[in-house]
Amino acid sequence: MFYSIRYATKQAFVQVVRNRAMGVASIFSITAILLILGLFFVLVVNINVAVEKAMGDFDTVQICLLDETEYTQTESMMETLGNMKGVTGTTYLSKEDALQDWKADWGENARMLDTLADNPLPNSIIVAVSELTDANAVAEKAGTLEGVEDVIYYKETVEKLVKITDFMQMAALIIMAFLVIVSIVVVSNTIKLTVFARAREINIMKYIGATNWFIRGPFLIEGMLIGLVSALVSTGVVALVYSKIMSLIANEIFTILQMPMVPVEFLVFNLIWIFIALGVSIGAFGSIVSMRRFLDT
Amino acid sequence: MIKFDNVTKLYNSNVGLQNASIEIAKRDFIFLVGPSGAGKSTFIKLILKEIDADSGKIQVNNQEITTLSNRQIPKLRRSIGIVFQDFRLLPKKTVFENVAFAMEIIHMSPRAIRRQVPQVLSLVGISSKASKYPDELSAGEQQRVAIARAIVNNPTVLIADEPTGNLDPDTAWEIMRLLEQINLRGTTIVMVTHAKDIVDKMGKRVVAIEKGHIVRDEFGSYGYNNEIPSYRGMYQEGIFNHNVL
Repeated sequence: MFYSIRYATKQAFVQVVRNRAMGVASIFSITAILLILGLFFVLVVNINVAVEKAMGDFDTVQICLLDETEYTQTESMMETLGNMKGVTGTTYLSKEDALQDWKADWGENARMLDTLADNPLPNSIIVAVSELTDANAVAEKAGTLEGVEDVIYYKETVEKLVKITDFMQMAALIIMAFLVIVSIVVVSNTIKLTVFARAREINIMKYIGATNWFIRGPFLIEGMLIGLVSALVSTGVVALVYSKIMSLIANEIFTILQMPMVPVEFLVFNLIWIFIALGVSIGAFGSIVSMRRFLDT
Repeated sequence: MIKFDNVTKLYNSNVGLQNASIEIAKRDFIFLVGPSGAGKSTFIKLILKEIDADSGKIQVNNQEITTLSNRQIPKLRRSIGIVFQDFRLLPKKTVFENVAFAMEIIHMSPRAIRRQVPQVLSLVGISSKASKYPDELSAGEQQRVAIARAIVNNPTVLIADEPTGNLDPDTAWEIMRLLEQINLRGTTIVMVTHAKDIVDKMGKRVVAIEKGHIVRDEFGSYGYNNEIPSYRGMYQEGIFNHNVL
């Protein structure tokens, strides 16, 4: 066992060096495919993070109260709502505090709010829920209570976001699966050329009594090496391109969407494992597929 | 050692071998003769389980091989050495490496390889060429390397498929003497040949196959007087001619 692994590894390196051009061609094709996958990955991760953040903002229901509602009445409302399933907390937000928050949000422009003659904001109860589905029930219940003016709750927005991300993830998954199959075909064809070049040797090995795995071993390791190199190259390229893009548009994205982009370190750390796993399995599968015909008997 | 019991192999409707029964004992040295396309290749392919018989039983080393699974084939082939007309050496490996290759394949340790390969090279008489590459050797020397590779793992049977087909008469005789020597050490030898003079002079057991039937099995002579096989015909018939290169 030990000798055969050592033999296979040694042979794989010899083969890679001997078939440099072929190896480089394989590395190019796997890298190209990993880069496309990487593009999808970057998009999906950023959208996921954005949606999660948005959903974090939207997991509250704001119940606006009529100005004439008594505080005791408000307290009993808070108790009723606080006891509902999935509710993690209720806070009272007075109209004065709400105005302060508003001013804080506006920062330098807060002076404009000073000109308001009257505070237009209502007193409100903020109900935090753990699940979006629970928010539905809370909103419905609050609507039936007396002294409630309005219920603000971003149900449709959240549902739309969830739908979009589900769709994006599904689409990305299908495209990724397709690309992985394509890359296996490409790699297996490239490796097939090196197998052809060694058909005589394989033929002799079979007559001498080599097992199929012994014959496959060096090609398998060669495929995995090619996959590994491709993974490293593509991770590097993605990291470079992504950090360049970030330096160009991260500020704009933040201004427009109020959302930071996923930091490059986080992305690269995750991507490198995915790429290595994918690249190595593409290489391994590619070589097994390409060898099949040669090992029939 | 090798036993065929009523073995039939058809290719579509062409006969490869029909109702063939034969027994080859340990230490036998047999010549397999017959016209091109008679069924000699089928016979050898069946021993190596390169093809499967349609009916009948085949035993190699007292083991029924018609029922072997694909997984068990390598083990069978390790007990059989094989030599080809065209030597089949790996051009990028030295003589030593070509022989060592056969041992690497069956997972022998580098130490065992370093010990055994020189012994076999000396047995076949090419110790001095151990570090040469095949294209630096004469045809006879290349065939010696091929024989060394075939016997380095101590097979019980050595199959020689026209081993003298590419050699001049003197060299051919040297190879025959080497095969005889290997036979004396206890290895069964099955040699396919068209070389009438060799068969006649050696006086060994001769099995003649014609149109898929074993037509003669006796000690003595080649028995085909008017057949002068062309080189081309012999090469086309070669059973291992599906080289891609």
